[in-house]
Amino acid sequence: MTEAIPGLTYTTARERPFDPPDELTRVREETPLHRMIYADDHEGWLVTGYALARAVLAHPSFSTRPELLHPPIQNRLIKMKEFTTPPGFFIRMDPPDHTRFRKLLTGQFTVRRMKQLEPRIEQITNDRLDAMERQGGPVDLVQAFAMPIPSLVICELLGVPYDDRERFQRDSAVMLSLRSTPEQAKAAMDDLLGYLRDLVRRKRAEPSDDLLGGLVAGGELNDEELAGVGLLLLVAGHETTANMLGLGTFALLTNPKQLAAVRDDPAVVEGAVEELLRYLTIIHIGPVRTAVEDVDLGGHLIKAGEAVTIAAAVANRDPERFGEAETLDVSRPVHGHLTFGHGVHQCLGQQLARAEMRIAYPALLRRFPGLRLAVPAEDVPMRSDMAIYGVHRLPVTW
Amino acid sequence: MKIKADTGVCVGAGMCALTVPEVFDQSDDDGTVVVLDPDPPASREAAVRRAVQLCPSGALSIEE
Repeated sequence: MTEAIPGLTYTTARERPFDPPDELTRVREETPLHRMIYADDHEGWLVTGYALARAVLAHPSFSTRPELLHPPIQNRLIKMKEFTTPPGFFIRMDPPDHTRFRKLLTGQFTVRRMKQLEPRIEQITNDRLDAMERQGGPVDLVQAFAMPIPSLVICELLGVPYDDRERFQRDSAVMLSLRSTPEQAKAAMDDLLGYLRDLVRRKRAEPSDDLLGGLVAGGELNDEELAGVGLLLLVAGHETTANMLGLGTFALLTNPKQLAAVRDDPAVVEGAVEELLRYLTIIHIGPVRTAVEDVDLGGHLIKAGEAVTIAAAVANRDPERFGEAETLDVSRPVHGHLTFGHGVHQCLGQQLARAEMRIAYPALLRRFPGLRLAVPAEDVPMRSDMAIYGVHRLPVTW
Repeated sequence: MKIKADTGVCVGAGMCALTVPEVFDQSDDDGTVVVLDPDPPASREAAVRRAVQLCPSGALSIEE
């Protein structure tokens, strides 16, 4: 069944805003593992089933190193391969290099540390809600709420001045846009790296009590590595929770019963965040890996050098694992979704993202019980053209 | 049941501490797993098994 669709290629084009592309879902209904043609004509694999997806992500024989990567679509992955990945960009390293960087950071993102941040996240959230109330509707929820909350939180945590956000938010958007040319993406990355190198130098001259300041003082990383680590954390801290808050609110606004449960029942919120993460899976391209040796995967031989793309959004809808997976049900007990990945690269900031979402969704819905879309749902511009899915804008009123 | 944790394998994702905070914590130093109760009561068994299953790095195991 691995050839059910000859010449299969990857796609991010959706028929409906909250569901993964129908063609990828059809592949999963046929088979959890399928041959796929990559953007560079490489003949690799597509994984659509949950169990195999998890197996690949946990398997030490699959690499994330950029020089081995094949791009599933013409996007920044090709750029990441052509351009040297910056030092310290450990999402594109295998152990033991990856381990060295990650271990320096994991102590800063523990469940307990993130719990200590909650009062500050609540304060930031309330400030944004106050500002929305003063301004009055309609507003773009992305600019007024979804983007500023994670942006302020990650800036304070890292020690990046929020006042500089215009520059790094612009660079980040260009880097993640599938429409950017390789030259534009590289220029944006270089600009952001230059900005972070300057920031690291300032922290070397003047110690600061924040994550980057701590890494500078720790003395284990040089300035280039520190800038690369900063780039990864800054971009990842912005684009992920921001898109979950925007897209998640859109999904709740079109599912009023689910919205009411999140607004009215505090006991539902924790599970609702996991269900929204599963159902919406904003990671709509990959993760992508390359086999570094022959691997037997579900009875099929993946040869050394062959690429494997995991369609996480489709695997997160696998009925064998999640039952009625096509339905958004915030009251269901859900765990083990792949939205934060699996294996040694599983999201470093996931406990921060959970804290932000558990606070922000109910706070928004309780402050504005009459929250509604200010445009028809079909006019909400979707981020099919970005490396991370979501809404470009979400006009709302109350 | 007896819980075994390999801090050399652990990547500090925190799924165990999130799932059963009564049994698992994380080191402030590098975020790796700290087992607070290696022989938890039967009432926590289901949650502990879920934490083991959720662990992204395979650092946790159970000896019956």
